[in-house]
Amino acid sequence: MDKIRSSEITPEHIYLGRRQFLVGAGALTASLVFLGGCRRLSELAPTPEADFCGSATAGATSDELGDPLSACDAATHYNNFYEFSLEKDDVAELARGFKTSPWTVQVGGLVNKPKTFDVDDLRRNFPPEERVYRMRCVEAWSVVVPWLGFPLAKLLKEVEPTSKAKYVRFESLHDPKQMPGQKDRSFQWPYIEGLRLDEAMHDLTLLATGMYGKPMPPQNGAPIRLVVPWKYGFKNIKSIVKIDLVEEMPTSLWTAFAPQEYGFYANVNPDVSHPRWSQSSERRLGERARRETIPFNGYAEKVARLYEGMDLRTSY
Amino acid sequence: MFPLSPILSPKGQGGGLRILTHVLALSPLAVLAWDFARGDLGANPIREVQFRTGKYTLVLLVLTLSCTPLSMLPGLKWVARFRRSLGLYAFAYAGLHFLNFIGLDYGFNLRLLREDIFEKRYAFVGLAAFLSLLPLAVTSGSGWARRLGKKREQLHRLIYLAAILTIVHFAWQDKAKTVEPLVYGGVVAGLLLVRVVGWVRRAARGTGSQTSSKEP
Repeated sequence: MDKIRSSEITPEHIYLGRRQFLVGAGALTASLVFLGGCRRLSELAPTPEADFCGSATAGATSDELGDPLSACDAATHYNNFYEFSLEKDDVAELARGFKTSPWTVQVGGLVNKPKTFDVDDLRRNFPPEERVYRMRCVEAWSVVVPWLGFPLAKLLKEVEPTSKAKYVRFESLHDPKQMPGQKDRSFQWPYIEGLRLDEAMHDLTLLATGMYGKPMPPQNGAPIRLVVPWKYGFKNIKSIVKIDLVEEMPTSLWTAFAPQEYGFYANVNPDVSHPRWSQSSERRLGERARRETIPFNGYAEKVARLYEGMDLRTSY
Repeated sequence: MFPLSPILSPKGQGGGLRILTHVLALSPLAVLAWDFARGDLGANPIREVQFRTGKYTLVLLVLTLSCTPLSMLPGLKWVARFRRSLGLYAFAYAGLHFLNFIGLDYGFNLRLLREDIFEKRYAFVGLAAFLSLLPLAVTSGSGWARRLGKKREQLHRLIYLAAILTIVHFAWQDKAKTVEPLVYGGVVAGLLLVRVVGWVRRAARGTGSQTSSKEP
């Protein structure tokens, strides 16, 4: 075996230094991965959406139970809108510039007078009124929002549902170019939701075109969305393009995704537990302590009769 | 060499790296505290604290688990020296995660906690993961190392159980069923495989003599 000349032996300080470099590099990589969750550092610059809340108005300061309105910033920057992102804090940014005009809603199916409505016409024909509703997400958080909209019943009466119509099926826009989240194939796009006809005709059921005194911001479902305050938030389908009266119970996107977790009715019900989130308590955005969740989200007096004789533990 | 290293590590060697490890492991906590103080944790800060501390726990567990397999590589034996501090940091973040859940989120409301820990499989598994880390943290000091000897090494294999439970916890709380938990699961499975191969080899070698007690 050849002798190794002493000049070829790496001096100890270099060789130790190299080890240190390797660990340093490894640690640095790990820390970058580690800090990946801290996106907010890059988001300190003010965004144009601040203007939305800057000029937000509302006729009321609380709901009928005396709960104060949620901060506009919370309601417009914590959004479940998977068409844009799985991250609630990212939706507002990603939905900026979403094209909402011109926009039409095609209403058809089992009706005598199918019709395609322009959203601007809807706003003219059915003047928006302010409704302050609690919205309780299935993820155990809630907000109190001053919506602007009109009862869905007004629109349905105009198209005259036939006697065969039992359910209303809603469909969101499908446009993966504008809605990057729709490239995620784990969900069956477009978003579908449904109501029983009597639920849809209930006076509380709203088609909302605005909030906080202003036209609906993209991240909250512009230009037109559903608001059914006694049901979990996912029933409130956003950016609606199609409404059909149908005979069979529609299958919603979430029910198709996980039928044991998300039922058709999805009435707010502290007695039906969910495998992931508390349904007996919730956190109102902006509050520290949890609140008890109320059956039908506090609207039992007005809607419980719709479900007389039904077992809401099995029809969840 | 880093000037402070002789104080923190009397032998000098690797002292700078040790400080770097502490700095890197504590920096996410510093960022979290900073964001918390500035109100930069979004509309649901308690939830954000929960997600971040959970993620840091998982990352630190994976880093802890990779120390021994890395130290088996030629010239990397010294990596094993970082295992203990990384493991303790993983436990510390898990502790914050647990405290945030029972304290800030549930306000120590035992009725709600009982319901949510025992009715929700993800929460139950998460608690099990935390509890399985507890004896490892307790016995991490050198006193326990002397007292338990070989048994400590076996006890500390619980970290694999903790990591697997943590990943199951992560997967079960994931509403959208993303691939992220599977990625962590794959990495941990790979690391465990390296160890299992080591144990099997050592067992095969050691069938004649009962004397070998050192980790390879």
